[in-house]
Amino acid sequence: MTEIVLTIDDRQVKAEAGMTVLQAAQKAGIYIPTLCHHEQLEAYGGCRLCMVEVESRGWTSYVVSCLYPVAKDIIVRTRSEKVDRIRKVLVEELMAHAPDAPELVKLAEEYGADRNRFEKEASFCVLCGLCVRYCDEVKKKNAVSFFDNGSVRQIKFVPEVAKNECWDCQECFALCPTSYAQAAYLLTEALAFPGQRKIASRVAKKAAKPRMVIPIMAVPMTGQNSH
Amino acid sequence: MPKLQSAAELEKFRAELLAKRSSTKPCIAVCAGAACDGLDSAAVAAAFKAAAAPLGDKLEVRTTGCHGYCEKGPNVVVTPGDICYFEVSPADVPDVIEATLKGEVVERLVYKDPKTGVKAVHMQEVPFYKHQTRLLIGDNPKIDPMKIDDYLAVGGYAALVKALSTMSPEQVLDEVKKANLRGRGGGGFPAGMKWETTRNAPEKTKYVIVNGHEGESAAFMDRAMLTGNPHKILEGLIIGAYAIGAQKGFMYTRHDMPLLEKHVRNALAQAAEYGLLGKNILGSGFDFECELHFDVGIFVSGESSALMRSIEGNVPEPRPKYIRTSVSGIWDKPSNLNNVETWANVPQIISKGADWFTSIGSEKSKGTKLVSLSGHVVNSGIVEVPMGTPLRTLVHDIGGGVRDGKTLKAIHFGGAMGGSIPAELIDAPLDFDGMSKLGAPIGAGGLLLMDEDTDMVEVSRYLMDFLTKESCGKCVPCREGMKQMLQILTRITEGQGKAGDIERLQELIEVTGVASLCALGKTSGDPLKSMFRYFKPEYEARIAVGSDAK
Repeated sequence: MTEIVLTIDDRQVKAEAGMTVLQAAQKAGIYIPTLCHHEQLEAYGGCRLCMVEVESRGWTSYVVSCLYPVAKDIIVRTRSEKVDRIRKVLVEELMAHAPDAPELVKLAEEYGADRNRFEKEASFCVLCGLCVRYCDEVKKKNAVSFFDNGSVRQIKFVPEVAKNECWDCQECFALCPTSYAQAAYLLTEALAFPGQRKIASRVAKKAAKPRMVIPIMAVPMTGQNSH
Repeated sequence: MPKLQSAAELEKFRAELLAKRSSTKPCIAVCAGAACDGLDSAAVAAAFKAAAAPLGDKLEVRTTGCHGYCEKGPNVVVTPGDICYFEVSPADVPDVIEATLKGEVVERLVYKDPKTGVKAVHMQEVPFYKHQTRLLIGDNPKIDPMKIDDYLAVGGYAALVKALSTMSPEQVLDEVKKANLRGRGGGGFPAGMKWETTRNAPEKTKYVIVNGHEGESAAFMDRAMLTGNPHKILEGLIIGAYAIGAQKGFMYTRHDMPLLEKHVRNALAQAAEYGLLGKNILGSGFDFECELHFDVGIFVSGESSALMRSIEGNVPEPRPKYIRTSVSGIWDKPSNLNNVETWANVPQIISKGADWFTSIGSEKSKGTKLVSLSGHVVNSGIVEVPMGTPLRTLVHDIGGGVRDGKTLKAIHFGGAMGGSIPAELIDAPLDFDGMSKLGAPIGAGGLLLMDEDTDMVEVSRYLMDFLTKESCGKCVPCREGMKQMLQILTRITEGQGKAGDIERLQELIEVTGVASLCALGKTSGDPLKSMFRYFKPEYEARIAVGSDAK
């Protein structure tokens, strides 16, 4: 493996070819904020919080460190006036949606972001895509997905898939920086397959009894039929 | 039609074709471009065909792609002589046929200058056409886009023959590099350098792509080229593939243009039938095939990395590219993407040489540029002029000036990610670098005139609204930054501006511009930047109205 030496925040850092700047920094114990990044998932480059300043052959550019590959002799600055300003505005933009999300509150403090800078629109979701990508890349179920585009983009659980997959998994809930994934799931359950869980556990209990014929489970088609 | 096995066979076929065609036989070309089609040129064409049927071999009627003068459609051009008839209706058909057979002209249908009343009969006399250099679109009236023979009759595929039979791939590449052909899609990046990167990439499998998405608002010339003369673009693509060493090409275009789809599909099938696509093209040993691919109706799928994801079958979201697509594109293979107009330039560069090409245009922008002229202009349409032509020529000599006798306020270039410059800069030359410096990059070439009554705050609000809806929503600065900019602009237009709005907008422009993932977000603030450069007092006045009201 080729070893590459680069400079991050005035420190000489060793990295392997193919690594990203973020990985190299993390390995060296240098902190770069992230929101949409997860080790198990393909780098996404959506939140842009990990943006850093890179100086290469006299050129300064701003790149997202979760995607930018390490290269010999580049100089990385994880903070600068401009980097901080970018992060501040990004956090302010997200706080219009989720003003009390703990990660955002912490970042706001660090970068002097004003949670009331922009008009509130409490959708709670910051569209980091962790739930969507985890369900796709790790669980391979695609029970939750992006819908629509641009500023009206949202995440939604697909009822037909969620009904069968989500109760026994729920792993995406813990990844969510705003707890919106859980809320979205419960909303889907309430609207599309209410009481499904109770029926399922009842069926399971009955099935456990000896000499019991396993009943064909009634699938409620609407809210009215379910009780 | 048996496959043409060699360059000689193609030239023999062409000679036979031309021998069968008489240059004195009158031909009536009816435009079926998008604008004329909207004015029911199909009915005009049908009437001509019905009236010509009993005349047998005395007259030919041809349905063609866009002629350019959209304002005056349905357009009809009669050869020989290139007699132009405008606003032709089916009722005019008998007169035109009668006059054509007698070698006369129907006076009431020819161009009449709105100010002087002076008539112009022939294309080269009509002011709209006379100031143009129509190297690319000029063939449109001569070609039925459904007939490859029409393209061959005007010298089509001769450049491919030349490249395959007399030039090495390196020589083709060098010629394009020497011609300094710059990408017509917006960036103006030298095509030859891009080709070379893909050519030199180590992977053996390589792709070439025609970006015919043309999402830029107020740009409609790629559509006219691809619908009106699909073989020209295909010829350019095959030559490019030969130079680059690509085995497969994609034509990526819009799903919502049925005529374009029909013509391109037909062109690909005919080219394959003639042996111009497929294995061992014209006996040269070069294999190349081409596939047609459609978008899913979202603006950002015209962005190169999103487009490539779309071809792969994925959601057309831009891919963060710190590796260029020319090195790692479709399925991580080197993929060279150029715009329709860029590819359309390739055959003539090969046929006539780089020296000829560089003799046209300005110092750093060579060749001609297709421009879509619209907005408050007298003559809307598709125009082709040498690079370096002053905007004044485009606006006044060709465009006929501003509609309804009003005065010009601004010239907007480059659609929703372009910029507006004030009327005082009308003598600026049409040039990639020059226009960029002024803050109104040519982009794909949509030129929009704005008259004295135009509300410049509303213009940027409108453009921002468009982009906000077209953002894919993946990255925060683009999705949220544009939304915030739109909210502020909407407030200002509603008389609710606040002190500090300009500073707020400027900070959002900066962050969105630096931090966004793809060009859509990165350039979303450009129109606004040009507004603050040239029309700031108008914004300040509008904000002051809002602040006073409180």
